[in-house]
Amino acid sequence: MAQALTDSELVARCRAGDQQAWAELVDRFSRYVYAISVQAFRLSDADAEDVFQEVFARAYQHLDSLRDDAAVRPWLAQLTRRLCIDRLRASARERPTADEELELAGSEETLTVLEEALTVHEALAEVPEHCREILDRFFARDESYKTIGEALDLPSGTIASRISRCLARLREILEGRNDAAPPSGSR
Amino acid sequence: MTAFDEERLARLIRALPPAPEAWVRAAQELPLAKAGLDEIVARAEADARFRDRLVADLEAALEAEGYERDPAVVEELRVRFKSK
Repeated sequence: MAQALTDSELVARCRAGDQQAWAELVDRFSRYVYAISVQAFRLSDADAEDVFQEVFARAYQHLDSLRDDAAVRPWLAQLTRRLCIDRLRASARERPTADEELELAGSEETLTVLEEALTVHEALAEVPEHCREILDRFFARDESYKTIGEALDLPSGTIASRISRCLARLREILEGRNDAAPPSGSR
Repeated sequence: MTAFDEERLARLIRALPPAPEAWVRAAQELPLAKAGLDEIVARAEADARFRDRLVADLEAALEAEGYERDPAVVEELRVRFKSK
């Protein structure tokens, strides 16, 4: 497998007009942006979709203004949070009950969990393809053993042990990263 | 992040389900939409009749000229040509 580009490299390529790099950047951060709007701010599907498209439209438009290419992750997170808050404020003006939702929205705890989740998701890129696929299908896509077994041509009875082995592999990678103590945002 | 027991890892993987495919695809196609937008704007600047038709009935003008009516592009054009 080709070595994944760092965030900095990816941003630099996007800025140079590489369309493939842009597609990769959207793919890399799409889950994070989606999760912030739906889980942390509990936006409706329609509002979440608007925010999602607006985040990437603004990112595409203002990529040149990003001072530190490695900081694309917190930049996108902040942009998403701001747009979610704008959206909730607009709703609050339309229906007063949304004031309460605005106060409860965007809890720091949920945002911290999502930040950690993205780190784990990035580490998934380093596990073997078969591990990445089975972990993503089972946990993130919530597929049953039966569905996974059919899709990957595996006996259902082996899936649980495979998931366990793959989690152990992922854990090694993450702990190896911690041992190396990389600075945050250095990806 | 310090400890990574299986349960915690599972919870964190579960926290990032995929965004709907159509949303991702639309965002990935932004450069294409932008290229289409630039082309239409450049043509409108060079061709006053085309610009007048865009101002009069944007969607009809785009359809008549065979441009794909990407919603984001249409919205952006609507803003640009209303303000002129």
